[in-house]
Amino acid sequence: MPNALGLERQDYRGATSTLCPGCGHDSISNQIISAAYDLSLPMYRVIKLSGIGCSSKTPAYFLKGSHGFNAVHGRMPSVATGATLANNDLVAIAVSGDGDTGSIGFGQFKHLIRRNVPLVYIIENNGVYGLTKGQFSATSDEGQELKYYGRNELPAIDLCLEAIIGGATFVARSFSGDAKQVQTLIKAAISHRGTAVLDIISPCVTFNNDPKGNKSYDYGKKNEIALHEIDYMPKGYVPEREEITVGDYDAGEMIEVEMHDGSFIKLKKLEQSHDPRNRSSAIATLEKSQTDQLFLTGLIYYEEPRPVYGETLGIVNTPLVSLPAEKLRPSQDALAKLMQSYM
Amino acid sequence: MAVEAQTNVQMQAANQPVVNDFALMVATKNGSGSQTSNAVIIRSLFRMGIPVSGKNLFPSNIKGLPTWYTIRASKDGYVARKAVIEVAVTFNQDTAAEDIANLPPGGVVIIPSDWKWGKSRSDVIYYEVPVKELVTQAQIPTDFRDRISNMVYVGAVAALFDIPMDMIRRALLDQFNNKEKPTQMNFGVAELAYQWSKENLVKSDPFRFEPMNATQGKILIEGNESAALGSLFGGLTVVAWYPITPSTSVVDGVLENLNLRRDPETGKSTVAIAQAEDELSAIGMIIGAGWAGARSMTATSGPGLSLMAEFAGLAYYAEIPCVIWDITRMGPSTGLPTRTSQGDLIFTHFLSHGDTRHPILLPGTVKECFEFGWRAFEYSDQLQTPIFVLSDLDLGMNLWMSDPFDYPEQPINRGKLLDAEQLSAFISEKGDWGRYKDYDGDGVGYRTIPGTNHPRAAYFTRGTGHNDMAVYSERGDDWVKNMTRLRYKIESARASLPQPVVDRDPAVKIGIISYGSNDSAIAEGRDLLAAAGVQTNYMRIRALPLAQSVHEFALTHDRVYVIENNFDGQMAQILRMEISDDMRHVKSLPCGDTLPMSAQWVFDQVMAIEKQA
Repeated sequence: MPNALGLERQDYRGATSTLCPGCGHDSISNQIISAAYDLSLPMYRVIKLSGIGCSSKTPAYFLKGSHGFNAVHGRMPSVATGATLANNDLVAIAVSGDGDTGSIGFGQFKHLIRRNVPLVYIIENNGVYGLTKGQFSATSDEGQELKYYGRNELPAIDLCLEAIIGGATFVARSFSGDAKQVQTLIKAAISHRGTAVLDIISPCVTFNNDPKGNKSYDYGKKNEIALHEIDYMPKGYVPEREEITVGDYDAGEMIEVEMHDGSFIKLKKLEQSHDPRNRSSAIATLEKSQTDQLFLTGLIYYEEPRPVYGETLGIVNTPLVSLPAEKLRPSQDALAKLMQSYM
Repeated sequence: MAVEAQTNVQMQAANQPVVNDFALMVATKNGSGSQTSNAVIIRSLFRMGIPVSGKNLFPSNIKGLPTWYTIRASKDGYVARKAVIEVAVTFNQDTAAEDIANLPPGGVVIIPSDWKWGKSRSDVIYYEVPVKELVTQAQIPTDFRDRISNMVYVGAVAALFDIPMDMIRRALLDQFNNKEKPTQMNFGVAELAYQWSKENLVKSDPFRFEPMNATQGKILIEGNESAALGSLFGGLTVVAWYPITPSTSVVDGVLENLNLRRDPETGKSTVAIAQAEDELSAIGMIIGAGWAGARSMTATSGPGLSLMAEFAGLAYYAEIPCVIWDITRMGPSTGLPTRTSQGDLIFTHFLSHGDTRHPILLPGTVKECFEFGWRAFEYSDQLQTPIFVLSDLDLGMNLWMSDPFDYPEQPINRGKLLDAEQLSAFISEKGDWGRYKDYDGDGVGYRTIPGTNHPRAAYFTRGTGHNDMAVYSERGDDWVKNMTRLRYKIESARASLPQPVVDRDPAVKIGIISYGSNDSAIAEGRDLLAAAGVQTNYMRIRALPLAQSVHEFALTHDRVYVIENNFDGQMAQILRMEISDDMRHVKSLPCGDTLPMSAQWVFDQVMAIEKQA
């Protein structure tokens, strides 16, 4: 069925994936395709950005009608920053991995968030370096064993925790095996204005899929605990209840959050009590998930959008790349006056 | 040596005045506020119509270490650093002994009388000034005393060498943006010192300033600010940078002149200025911006450039326009952050791994800093490659006289950039569009930018191997085809980049090749050589890869001196690499002594070889 732009789902696809069959990253690409199709995203306005690694290859595999940029390892955030400053009308979807984000690009990741660059930042997190054949990454679990590299003695970095501490306004964790949740979170992230971080555990079927390891399919399927049931309601949806303030959640069953573009996300309470609009409880939830070894997924943290980077820099609202020549070069008279001041 | 000898003769004949042809050096402590005093002297001389130049020799330090500022007046218009400095204002007790020792016989010392010290030399003239007493007398609030005490030497210099006090006052008003209060406070001290000097110092040296008419219509400006202005007139829209001496004032210049580029209605800026977390990020940002269609720029120095290497290769291979200014300082390593150098030439030309070769612009004057400021964007858009502009600390951070800058003569030209409509027309004419396909045989493809509303506008940008349709490819033939085109594109730039400036007489058999900020030292050095009977031709290179005329110049002289301000003679190495003919007649003369080049050095080096020839 064609979407509002008259496009079929297959129009949103990209080139054929060259990743290993069964790779979790391919299912995430599929959810990006579905989300973009459902949202009727005009592909010409989308940019796809990535760094280096298996995850970073994926932008070639979705949204063939969008400009893509496969940058250098870990430094896609700076490229995305420059591109979105140049043109604030673009919808930026960035894909990274745990090596790209948690190690070589850790600094850029934190600074991207701090600046609140408007983009969707998806981490396809498999806890291992795939392209170089199976080294530990910074998100590998302490005590984990790998064939050639033995035991990992270092604690894992929790990228969601880092994102919240760094000032991200939208932070979610998901599992590539949970297609519906992934897709809903991607839609919500696209509707969010600011840096939206999605840390998606995405098993590496070749190097890190031992059922004992907590980045494996088996582990995810058996242990995923969704913090809430999440639904995305496109623009035009009329909320069922009045706006709820932080703290009301315990009493009720549902939170509805209006996104920047007029869409809503509905969070239905499950066993866990979690209010994503409370920063300290979001941090506490993540810390508890670490100590109790719980695989918690869902929208972990959300706050009202704050000014995005171009706004904090005080630039004009018109995309800089759309400015006409007369706005880009001061007049001859302006130069003459300027020269006078140096005489 | 000829010049020194001449100066000494002049000095010894004390009754023969030396007018508008000497240098004055002010030694103070860093952070003591002497910058204001020095700027006031230099601006006063400029207003008197005397050709003048200033060189700031400062430490990598915020407060306390020694700093020297040299002001040279030259009736003949020479603005290079002068090797021999006749007048020393020694206001830093830590360096006074050495500063005095460095003076030529007949030199002049202006020194606070508050210190306990012995006169180490009998062949120089001492003027002692009671600094503390004068500052106290001026009733300056305690908080300002230390900084304003430097105004004492301004008054003394004005009195001893004839700078009218109304010039000093005007320069102070300029310095303080016409604010009366700070002007008056400073002027009060300068005037007291002036009066005291007139009444108490017995003039016994030959040096004097006299009004001339040689600076009419000229401007006085630093290279970094000129670069910033050029960029602003060139359509700059995204700057990303990380602070590093001596490049910081490039971006400061953009900030200070942002009014040129504000939207009159909203007051918002049409330039995004992003202070990055490091140079890795700064260049990433400008590459992202350039890819998205902005005119983007960063400014850095050696250590920053080292960090940018990987991204520079990506932008070269993926063919993304952006501009990188390198205000060169002394390397290797952290080196000497506040000393000038031309030592990044080879590294920048080949910045990044693999077969990478970047076009480089080499401005030699502040006027060229402005011109290359806007032209760099033109070259970058038209060649679809990063353009590096190599300036240096001397050109960038010191004040230079110049003719006013010329308005860009051509409208902004974005090169082969297709919008949606043009893309449709292109495809119907050519049958297809491939981002890296060489339709015109000039090695430059056609590009689109994100946001182009056309179903076929999108392509994938990558640093990995790709074919001319921008599709990932590991095929050897695709790789070779792409690299061959890139090489052709860069080779073609030899003819389109700024051509050398040449002063040549066919009868002269000795040639000098140089570039960048050495220009003033070479010009003066050639006059000294000519006076000693050695005629020279001169070619100033303004871009890499080298213009064809450089090859020709190098091969059609009996002897060629490649004069530059680095340690290893990097331009000479590039010449030898590019020219396969016998190059034994080409002599490398690298200076690299941490200071701006002096005419004396040029003269000495060339003469040493010419005497044996």
